[in-house]
Amino acid sequence: MERSQATIAAIFETMDYGPAPESEAPALEWITRHGGEFGHFIGGRSVRSAGGELFDTVNPATARPLARVSQGNAADIDAAVAAARAAFSAWAALPGHARARYLYALAREVQKHSRLLAVLETLDNGKPIRETRDLDVPLVARHFYHHAGWAQLRDAEFPGYGPVGVVGQIIPWNFPLLMVAWKVAPALAAGNTVVLKPAEFTPLTALLFAEIAAEAGLPAGVLNVVTGDGETGKLLVAHPDVDKIAFTGSTEVGRAIRRATAGTGKKLTLELGGKSPFLVFDDADLDSVVEGVVDAIWFNQGQVCCAGSRLLVQEGCAGRLVPKLRARMEKLRVGSPLDKAVDMGAIVAPVQLERIRTLVDKGVAEGATMWQPSWACPTEGYFYPPTLFTDVSPAATVAQVEIFGPVLVTMTFRTPAEAVALANNTPYGLAASVWTENINLALDVAPQLKAGVVWVNCTNLFDAASGFGGYRESGFGREGGREGMWEYLKPEWDRGRGTGDGYVAATAPHELRGAATRPPSPVPLPPINRTYKLFIGGKQVRPDQGYARPVRSPDGRLLAEVAEGNRKDIRNAVEAAHAARDWARGQGGHHRAQILYYIAENLSRRAAEFAGILDAMTGCAEKAAAAEVAATVARLFTYAAWADKYDGAVHHVPIRGVTLAMNEPVGVLGIAAPEEAPLLGLVSLMAPAIAVGNAVVAIPSEAHPLAATEFYSVLETSDLPAGVVNLVTGAKDALSRVLAEHDDVEGVWYFGGAAGATAVEEASAANMKRTWVATRPRDWSDPRQGEGREFLRHATEVKNIWIPYGE
Amino acid sequence: MKVTHRETPLAHRPGAAPEERTLRVAVRADRRNPGVPFDLDSVLALRVNRSAVERRAATLPTRRTVKKEWQAAWLLRAITCLDLTTLQGDDTPGTVQRLCAKARRPVREDLLRALGGADLDVTVAAVCVYHALVPAALQALEGTDIPVAAVSTGFPAGLSPFAERLREIQASLAAGAREIDVVITRAHVLTGEWEALYDEVRAFREACGDALLKVILATGELATLTNVARASRVAMMAGADFIKTSTGKEPVNATLPVGVVMTRAIRTYHEETGWSVGFKPAGGIRTARTALDWLILMKEELGDRWLRATLFRIGASTLLTDIERQLEHFATGRYSAAYRHPMV
Repeated sequence: MERSQATIAAIFETMDYGPAPESEAPALEWITRHGGEFGHFIGGRSVRSAGGELFDTVNPATARPLARVSQGNAADIDAAVAAARAAFSAWAALPGHARARYLYALAREVQKHSRLLAVLETLDNGKPIRETRDLDVPLVARHFYHHAGWAQLRDAEFPGYGPVGVVGQIIPWNFPLLMVAWKVAPALAAGNTVVLKPAEFTPLTALLFAEIAAEAGLPAGVLNVVTGDGETGKLLVAHPDVDKIAFTGSTEVGRAIRRATAGTGKKLTLELGGKSPFLVFDDADLDSVVEGVVDAIWFNQGQVCCAGSRLLVQEGCAGRLVPKLRARMEKLRVGSPLDKAVDMGAIVAPVQLERIRTLVDKGVAEGATMWQPSWACPTEGYFYPPTLFTDVSPAATVAQVEIFGPVLVTMTFRTPAEAVALANNTPYGLAASVWTENINLALDVAPQLKAGVVWVNCTNLFDAASGFGGYRESGFGREGGREGMWEYLKPEWDRGRGTGDGYVAATAPHELRGAATRPPSPVPLPPINRTYKLFIGGKQVRPDQGYARPVRSPDGRLLAEVAEGNRKDIRNAVEAAHAARDWARGQGGHHRAQILYYIAENLSRRAAEFAGILDAMTGCAEKAAAAEVAATVARLFTYAAWADKYDGAVHHVPIRGVTLAMNEPVGVLGIAAPEEAPLLGLVSLMAPAIAVGNAVVAIPSEAHPLAATEFYSVLETSDLPAGVVNLVTGAKDALSRVLAEHDDVEGVWYFGGAAGATAVEEASAANMKRTWVATRPRDWSDPRQGEGREFLRHATEVKNIWIPYGE
Repeated sequence: MKVTHRETPLAHRPGAAPEERTLRVAVRADRRNPGVPFDLDSVLALRVNRSAVERRAATLPTRRTVKKEWQAAWLLRAITCLDLTTLQGDDTPGTVQRLCAKARRPVREDLLRALGGADLDVTVAAVCVYHALVPAALQALEGTDIPVAAVSTGFPAGLSPFAERLREIQASLAAGAREIDVVITRAHVLTGEWEALYDEVRAFREACGDALLKVILATGELATLTNVARASRVAMMAGADFIKTSTGKEPVNATLPVGVVMTRAIRTYHEETGWSVGFKPAGGIRTARTALDWLILMKEELGDRWLRATLFRIGASTLLTDIERQLEHFATGRYSAAYRHPMV
């Protein structure tokens, strides 16, 4: 103790913080036990890479290598997928209770090895031990506990659904272990088996987790880990025997994955980037706001997809907030992430550090005011100080681009409406924070924000019971909660993947025709000429170009001609839908139900006429046609029934507060109706979309559009607001593609051929709109296939709003 | 923190210890918060989000920690901020004498030497007793400059006649107390009579003269954190030298969330007026670990100036023994037992 004596007297005066290091020894020992080299984890054991190629994983706090891991190649991915496939049927066939026991064991094991996992994570990633110890690892355990519950309840709570199959999961480097949990827990709970590809920079905790899982008795092949870089990930995405891909990472890679999986029938969830707004109203508790900002943008060095990176402050209080923020930044501590008293650790890799520097330089060059604390960062390792930009315009690069670092940009607003506009002025839509002491304001603003998660007077709160995921280019699908479970389930009747092709060949490309061939008229007078237009904005309008498309009976008779819609007609329809897109806001479901009932009523009055049209178009026989019309009326009743019953939820998260899972309409939905059941199919898709408040642009059956064109007048007489439903007849695949390419369409459903489905999924990647494609014909008259929650789920986004309370 | 400092922070000056010692005895008139005129708007404008404050309070001790030499030094510093207190109905001159002996020499000499702290002049900040025991305390502390603090104004409920409460202050001053810990009328807070609260504290302040005024808010009885913030603000406006959490007699004593709110109120008052007001958590602080949490709170929310007895006190008694045990553990590497340290 001699050594320390002088120091105590000195510290007594300075009252400085000293070092408080967490030991790295146990984690290093674990690496040493593996000889400093790691293979993949396939079929329940560590397997050397077929290619034998290794690469370093580096401690970003020291810039020194930690271990060597394997570069996964095609043979490795093949082996891992084969192992997962081999394990699948037994795993899926286990009773829910058995899977629950496994997941429970994983939760317990994570807790038993919590400190080893935390230290290893900090070494590999560079994030502070405080975060890995207090946030990452507890959330991991919590995720497995929660999903042990879903395994137990799956059969009861998701009847008629089963696992998807073999799931390929690709996770990022910012929460290496937590993302393992978010991906693996729901997959296994639902009965899937997994091939996981951890991030190139941070593979170690996934390998340790796989080891722990095997020790806990998880059957071989249920969880496989293949390490490697982006090429390895590509191989996994492209593997033909993978049934679903779940990816968390950059929007750029997400887009590539969307394109790569287009048309394969693989289920897909993407959790991508963000530029999340942090809204501060002038009645907020500003001192608490400051701490909120710390948690928003200086958590995990700002390397958080949902980081609150855009601080939007009401003008009247910006002058008070910014000095408070700077004072707080001055007190942040950056240093060795193993130190228990630092706020920020190291940036994950030089490439990321360089990106941050470049963007900050650009921000300065573009004229924003940049501020950093007076103290200096460590020079060894990859560190970057907390950074604040003020005087930023929405057009500035730093205000638009996801920096993925500890860089905050500040802008001001005057009114709640302007705050919402600024907040939504981004292609992303992952998360948002709203700070105000006024509950009226908070609950008014939260639903208007384009974000999958909204935190009221808090930020970056996560829990397994609450869904997490984005709108817009932040991806689709949810992780956590009941909503997250659906992503790993599919209907039992829809087993297999991509095998059907429901596309019924339509008529030849449109022919130019005059009034030449007409069906012979039974009456002495010539029939009154019937002109089928398009239905856009509540009106029957002529197509942009004066072309018509013949509609023939099965025996080739010309029944009528419908308008040949083109891309401009789609554009106009989307404009009309946009004008109507908030039609349901502030209106209860009762209002929408009444409209749907009224449509049913009006259709019912003309049932015989519609049956005749169906019979004439499809030759399905009068009785079947009458049945289809009757089923359509019933389906409208179904969604009228649902309109005030598709409730959200209040999730049980571990805070004093509520987390509201609100079902929100997707927005403007494009729908390409199936060829089979020309009326019932169209209405089965349109009705749930309306029931939850979307605005729709629908393309009716290409071969049999007359039921739809006659339906215009049913809609016109049913109190449906103009623009809520728009119908454009024409070439289905061409028009669907236009819808899929349209950046102002938020979702596209395509029921038709494989080529069209592929095109829709590919084109959707541009703005990451949600797609739902089905190439296998359904039996629309079967309620299990033709109606219900599956449709409503696709018609909605779940927004989770966290509202802690307490005075 | 970019704020107007009205004076050089003494705590930052190396070798300021002797001067600080005199300041500890009686805050110089030109340094004291003189109070400001009552301003209802500034009281009602305060916003406190309880959940966010609780989150801050919960993560403060997980974001910061001090180990080894730093912990030992911080614990010695905590002792110097201690208002060593006994407020029992069965206090006698004898128990107060024992307390005062401990106040003079809070840490065993050998232990202090082992820590290299022999020259640090580690004594507690004050001894805090009921009025009746002020003479006994003064006698026991004779020859030291450790001030005696008296709880006053109808402690703990503060519901005796107003004139009596003022006379109580005067009596304690006459008896030799140099610091007065007063309680407020909680009803003023609960009914929103902010000006009445202001007038009350203002009167206490005037009655105190040169003596240090610590205003106990009894936060455990103020119902909400917003009330705590508002009461803090009013007490400071009325001229409190310190604002203090609790009497130790409420069902809930000093909690970190309350501390967060009160220190932020002090910070805001300082930013707006330039005056520095001290903070005293009291009640339920029994472990060295908790004392460190409070020091961390002060350093983080207010800054290093608030880590001295001039602006920070901890009201406690058994806390001292736990600190001694931790210090001995640091010095010897063995876990210590309470019986090894002279009892409080």
